[in-house]
Amino acid sequence: MELFNTFIKTAFVENLVLAYFLGMCSFLAVSKSVKTAFGLGLAVIFVLGITMPINWLISEYLLSENGLIGMDLTFLRFILFIAVIASMVQLVEMIIEKSSPALYNSLGIFLPLITVNCAILGGSLFMVSRELDFANSVAFGLGGGFGWFLAIIALAAIREKLQYSNVPPALRGLGMAFILTGLMGLAFMSLMGIDPSIYTK
Amino acid sequence: MALIDFFKKIEPDKKKSPLLHTVYDGFFTIFYTPDEVTTDGGVHMRDGMDLKRLMIHVVIALQLAYIFGTINIGHQHFQALGLYPGFLEALHLKLAYGLIKLLPIFIVSNVVGLAIEFWYAAKKGHAIEEGYLVTGALIPLIVPPDIPLWILTMSIFFAVVIGKEAFGGTGMNILNIALLSRVFIFFAYPTEIAGDTMQTGKEVWVAGFEYDAAALAEGVRVQVSQYGWAHGFFDWIFGWFDTTTFGSGGDRMVDGFTGATPLGLAAKGGWEAVTAVYSPQQMWWGGIPGSIGETCKPFIIAGALLLVAIGVGSWRIMLSMLIGAAVTAIALSAWGATPFMEVPWYYQFYMGSFFFAMAFMATDPVTATSTQTGKWVYGFFIGMVGMIIRVMNPAYPEGWMLAILFMNVFAPLIDHYVVEGNVSRRLARAKKKKVLTVAAESSEAVQELNH
Repeated sequence: MELFNTFIKTAFVENLVLAYFLGMCSFLAVSKSVKTAFGLGLAVIFVLGITMPINWLISEYLLSENGLIGMDLTFLRFILFIAVIASMVQLVEMIIEKSSPALYNSLGIFLPLITVNCAILGGSLFMVSRELDFANSVAFGLGGGFGWFLAIIALAAIREKLQYSNVPPALRGLGMAFILTGLMGLAFMSLMGIDPSIYTK
Repeated sequence: MALIDFFKKIEPDKKKSPLLHTVYDGFFTIFYTPDEVTTDGGVHMRDGMDLKRLMIHVVIALQLAYIFGTINIGHQHFQALGLYPGFLEALHLKLAYGLIKLLPIFIVSNVVGLAIEFWYAAKKGHAIEEGYLVTGALIPLIVPPDIPLWILTMSIFFAVVIGKEAFGGTGMNILNIALLSRVFIFFAYPTEIAGDTMQTGKEVWVAGFEYDAAALAEGVRVQVSQYGWAHGFFDWIFGWFDTTTFGSGGDRMVDGFTGATPLGLAAKGGWEAVTAVYSPQQMWWGGIPGSIGETCKPFIIAGALLLVAIGVGSWRIMLSMLIGAAVTAIALSAWGATPFMEVPWYYQFYMGSFFFAMAFMATDPVTATSTQTGKWVYGFFIGMVGMIIRVMNPAYPEGWMLAILFMNVFAPLIDHYVVEGNVSRRLARAKKKKVLTVAAESSEAVQELNH
């Protein structure tokens, strides 16, 4: 139940992109069509879901003072986290290139750029600062990824619809995406403040 | 045909004064359909039920809510003074009081919104889009009666410019304009619209009270009624008929009176706390504090039925929203973790603005889903999310405004997948057929060979 709470909370209540505005660059750039956004969203779920537990193990057993090495190595946290994320992204890239070349081509540079997607590093750092345990960090990763996935496909669907709208020329493209992100954030504020844990005594 | 002659006479030149001609055109099409025929591009369609007439039907459906809301503003004001407890007592005073509150809100809402609309239409060089007619009629009904007019102006400006004109005008917006303007007030000026009486000490939902300045200087909070020149004018008229009048004002609010809404009470103490103050009948018929137009459920349902009957509102959305809210309420009352959850599920519909949101907000054809399957999904999720926000989110007293905005964001996505599902199903059917015909042809060929 607690894991479910963590999942719901990170996916809807504290949505990484619409509440913390993390991972904006690919969110804005790859949201032109639902199909591509769907693929990138899945990739982000996968990467977040895998890297969070690995990073949890690293920070708990390798970097912390009472870990295997026995020294406080927390200053290495960023570089190790990024290294894990980068290798996972490499893995995803290989899988996608093999299984769906069309998606691989349409994602283009933004697939390797998941490495520097701040939602993913942000997830790992939230995990450390919130002192989540192993199971919760998995739930946090999957929930955060799912929230990001929902947000990007919703934005992509809206932007596909907007192709038929008479948007003022100055706002076409990114300008509209920024306004939309703000309005979506407003709508997502509906769930902010819900604390699922208080209902499960 | 005197009217059309008059219109032809005053028609301004389109080239010389585009703004004036746009305004003229807007009023002309209220009375007559234009005689020009579109010659290039676009879809050619002729139907008596054009956008303007469709919008007018919604405005007509809102009229009962308007009448009731006007009287209820006055009713709540006199309740706070401890006068005229019966709803129909001193009806003329309540009506006059409500009009004095509602008319400025209505005028500001329409003047600001339509001015922006006219200006954009003239800038873009096309006819006025009638989209604001309904929005302008809805906004006064979803704000508290005491809303400062400058806040209202700002919220409408935000909603119309950012929410609609940036997206390309009427029919293009993603979020419901009326709700967007309310959500702007809600987050930018929370004390004006969601005032928790216990915290701010301000009666948001009861109109016409201010703190006595002299008493406040000594640290005593005494709310007194305020009457202005408009009340004096009505007193002057009522004086002729020798009936009750407003008087000079400055009367104290009854001790212990709180203008708390049923939802505010339910969040604190559950159903017992609500029934201690309001009876279910009172809540159903609407003599309770709340936003101007949301309180009287039967009149709103009548409006909803009218919308369904003339085919303007989607019954699918209304029904599925009702089902979604009911299912969620049943589940929550079975869970029963807080007093609010233990409220019997059918009484959840007596409180708050569920029916208003269902009839007039969720069915907005622009922001809702446009596929039939999508409408069921869309309505169901609004009901579910709205009930969850209402009961489980301590930050917000009522959930429908935010739930509808939340689902507005997802409406294009739902549509996308419904359409995609249809496409793939038909493709599969077509392929199957092709395989069958190929098979049939080959079996025929085999038979021919056998012969």
